[in-house]
Amino acid sequence: MATTSEHEWDLVIEPKKSVFRLNVKEIWIYRDLIALFVRRDFVAVYKQTILGPLWHIVQPLLTTITFTVIFGRVAKLAPSDIPNILFYMSGIVTWSYFANTVTKTSKTFIGNASLFGKVYFPRLVMPIAVSISNLIAFSIQIVTFLAFLAWFIIFDDTFQFELRPELLMLPVLVVIMAFLGLGFGIIVSSLTTKYRDLSFLVGFGVQLLMYASPVIFPLNMQQLLDKPIILGFIRLNPMTSIIESVRVAFFGGNLDWHGLIYTVVFTFVTLLFGIVLFNRVEKTFTDTI
Amino acid sequence: MSAEKVISVSNISKRYRLGVLGGATLSDDLKVWWAKKRGKPNPLVTIGDEVSSTREGDHFWALRDIEFDVHKGEILGVIGKNGAGKSTLLKLLSQITGPTTGSIKARGRIASLLEVGTGFHPELTGRENIYLNGAILGMNKAEIDSRIDAIIAFSGILHHIDTPVKRYSSGMKVRLGFAVAAHLEPEILIIDEVLAVGDAEFQKKCLGKMKDISVSGRTIIFVSHNMASVRSLCTRVIWVENGMVVENGPTEVVVRNYLNNFSGHGDEISWEDGRDAPGNEELRLIHVVLRKEFPDQLLLCSHWFEIEIAFINHGISDGNLRVNIHLINGAEVLVLATALVECLPAENIGVKGEHRFSCEVPGDLLNSDDYRVAVNFVRSGKLFFRCADTIGFQIHNAVSADGFSLGKKLGVIRPKLKWRRV
Repeated sequence: MATTSEHEWDLVIEPKKSVFRLNVKEIWIYRDLIALFVRRDFVAVYKQTILGPLWHIVQPLLTTITFTVIFGRVAKLAPSDIPNILFYMSGIVTWSYFANTVTKTSKTFIGNASLFGKVYFPRLVMPIAVSISNLIAFSIQIVTFLAFLAWFIIFDDTFQFELRPELLMLPVLVVIMAFLGLGFGIIVSSLTTKYRDLSFLVGFGVQLLMYASPVIFPLNMQQLLDKPIILGFIRLNPMTSIIESVRVAFFGGNLDWHGLIYTVVFTFVTLLFGIVLFNRVEKTFTDTI
Repeated sequence: MSAEKVISVSNISKRYRLGVLGGATLSDDLKVWWAKKRGKPNPLVTIGDEVSSTREGDHFWALRDIEFDVHKGEILGVIGKNGAGKSTLLKLLSQITGPTTGSIKARGRIASLLEVGTGFHPELTGRENIYLNGAILGMNKAEIDSRIDAIIAFSGILHHIDTPVKRYSSGMKVRLGFAVAAHLEPEILIIDEVLAVGDAEFQKKCLGKMKDISVSGRTIIFVSHNMASVRSLCTRVIWVENGMVVENGPTEVVVRNYLNNFSGHGDEISWEDGRDAPGNEELRLIHVVLRKEFPDQLLLCSHWFEIEIAFINHGISDGNLRVNIHLINGAEVLVLATALVECLPAENIGVKGEHRFSCEVPGDLLNSDDYRVAVNFVRSGKLFFRCADTIGFQIHNAVSADGFSLGKKLGVIRPKLKWRRV
């Protein structure tokens, strides 16, 4: 009798599981939870605000104006053949998706400690939901950008726009960026369960990292080409080739395939490392937090 | 038992580290790691303190070699004092934290309810929160869709269901939370003392729901302090103490043993008339026993009970010998003192031989609490001897028709007093 029931357990809880285990099936079972978290993030944040989701537009818009005035008009860092507003907006929108994903997913464990302490669901559901809900904000911002783009196409005769095949790359770039942000975020969130220092570092670090990316200036700027070491550093930033590629898709130029391959490899390694770390932490973090 | 095993817990232990975990900051840990790599001693350990890193004393075993099985359709109760390891066991079973050793195997979907309304978002409406909470507890959207009407009806807050939860009273939140949980329908349900909240009517509803769940062939693990609930619900009970299973068996047996253990000497104590018996050469206490209105049931606030004492007078002939009983509660408050002479002034215990008296304490007088009985003998106005700790017992809260506890009232005592309109 007993032997027939010894096998086919649905769940086995043991001290050490393989750290490389990524239970995609389990996360898939909880897909509705991901959808509800995304909905909650989106709906709840803007309840009792007047502008609601329009806040997603206000932030990049004001940043774009500031950058256009300071870095475009005053410092003259923007390229002359692209309208400054479009140049900065494309960079800011792309960068802020990455930055928001990293900073928000990095709070996974600390911010949900009480929830995680009371109920089990695959913890990875949380950062995945955050990455997706940021995607909604990102789409709103992209639509805003497209509106500006349309305005320049119609009213600015000096601006030449054509539908380039590189535009088809955009969804791929977004996916890479999502995985990159997720990877960074879960690494930080896993480490913050033990080292709270990192939670201070991350917001600030991401902000600084922006200066080591082509958000503010094009990579082919002469001042930069004269300083190969600084340029090399900027190329080390995995977001560099993504921002450059987004601009190539909209404004023309040549894709930097080496840079893109570097970013893809970097993303893959980061995500893998993140999952390993996350798996290790998720089982015991309630004991340490 | 021939029923199918749905949970098998074998050799589960859980160890916690005491004190500060690792270095306080990343740089501290990096220093330690770097020193280790180079084979140098830990730079952060002060001299003379090196041994402590390997000392067993840095760890605390919350659970040790726990082993039990749960069969299909059982309602297993887990009882034990605070800090006995019940909560840790629950956390392991619900996968909130991992065990240090051993394994837990389960068949079927497990849902655990360590808190009502987990993950409620105050800005979302009741309806939105049903979906969110349901999904957190493991339901998918289709399942919630099919049960949402039943959930809303069960919660009894139909009129406010589209109001943000932040405007709910705490009672409403609890009702909504339990309504979602009650409709989970997992194969195995793990419940912490969530039933200790809500009003009596809602508690009755919850209890009924739990009984329904087990009747439908699903399994419940129920952790509680409330012996009345455990007795009325559970088919089997595990008693946990100091991280180990003390007893695992039928509800009545384990609960009785647990309560006796809890009250020190239990509700009866007797001494052979030897030198061990409290007292002196002239007078010895030999027997103290609690006699309940319903000997086979828990002693409730509404029940009367008697305290019976017996003592032997070996040679005092003194008309001024008195005996009285003190009742002391769990907070060491002397709740009442009652003397034999007040009731029976004609009785003389200053006579050689065995004396046996019984004192009746009426129902609806004492509050639910732990009690112990002290017996005092007074001779000519002076304390002759006192036995401060004889029997101990617990008085439990009154129970509703379904056997559900109605909660402790305020005050040291809870007599039923007469009110009238004037």
